[in-house]
Amino acid sequence: MKRWQFIAPLGLFAVLVGFLVVGLKLDPREVPSPLIGKPAPAFTLPRLDDPAQKIGREDLLGKVWILNVWASWCVACREEHPLLVEFSRRKLVPIYGLNYKDGRADAQRWLANFGNPYDASISDSDGRVGIDFGVYGVPETFIIDKRGVVRFKQIGPVTPAALRDKIEPLLKQLNADNPA
Amino acid sequence: MPTTLPKISKALAAAVLAVLLAGTSAKEAAPAAADPVLEARMLAVAAELRCLVCQNQTIADSHADLAVDLRNQVREMLRKGQSEREIIDYMTARYGDFVLYRPPVKNTTMLLWYGPGLLLVGGLATLWLVLRRRSRMAPENFDPDEPNTPEPPKTGEDAAPPAAPAQ
Repeated sequence: MKRWQFIAPLGLFAVLVGFLVVGLKLDPREVPSPLIGKPAPAFTLPRLDDPAQKIGREDLLGKVWILNVWASWCVACREEHPLLVEFSRRKLVPIYGLNYKDGRADAQRWLANFGNPYDASISDSDGRVGIDFGVYGVPETFIIDKRGVVRFKQIGPVTPAALRDKIEPLLKQLNADNPA
Repeated sequence: MPTTLPKISKALAAAVLAVLLAGTSAKEAAPAAADPVLEARMLAVAAELRCLVCQNQTIADSHADLAVDLRNQVREMLRKGQSEREIIDYMTARYGDFVLYRPPVKNTTMLLWYGPGLLLVGGLATLWLVLRRRSRMAPENFDPDEPNTPEPPKTGEDAAPPAAPAQ
């Protein structure tokens, strides 16, 4: 009985420390997206380079593609940008840019300065499509499969580790899939 | 004078608060003038939704760009005649349960909802057990409430009164 008086509080303390240690490693900014496994939201937006042309969700069915949400005002976007440019050269899958709440001229200047990894960028000037995709922190990156289903979401800049360990294996797997 | 000091600081704090509140309400009041009823409904819905940029604020409180956009979205949906329920569902479909300040009760949130109650019940039960055990213990298990009066000194005069217990 006496021994329990020492062991019980010590055990409780150990459990508490365990919770805190796990808590330290969790990032509260990474909110799991409810969109994963669901069809990507419908959208039809003008191209950044040619507003007369529009791109919609249906145009991209049948191929695996990446949607990268970016803006010229977004500092972290510049951080991931060289990685995207390099990745786009390998032509694994098309990358589409969702230019989020940005000015057309600013966005085009940004692409001219830092390189354009996108097959096309579409302008979401009022952020409506961003809301549909649950965007809350630019940059964000989605992977959408041949059926138009969202399979992955990266919040914040794409890192070399995320690209190597998560994105590339998933893209290879999705590219091999044949939609019925 | 020391008694008046808290009064003065309280009055000062109230004055500062009043000025601050007046400032914010003056600034926020501009859009509300358009349709106060709609605005109040919008704020009621927005107060249920978490801003994902500054996560400890509601969409109603936050000045983040996203919160402003989402308030506009809520306002527009209300104007279209959509119900509060539909708006909450719309937000949950996009941002997940995380967007709700009052998470729904389901298997994964059981601990969140009932954990504090369980802790309280556990604490009370422990307290009750300890108290019951103690009430059944013989009195010699306890330290006396007051130190025993020291024995009167054996040496010296017999008539010396016992020393008063130490306080």
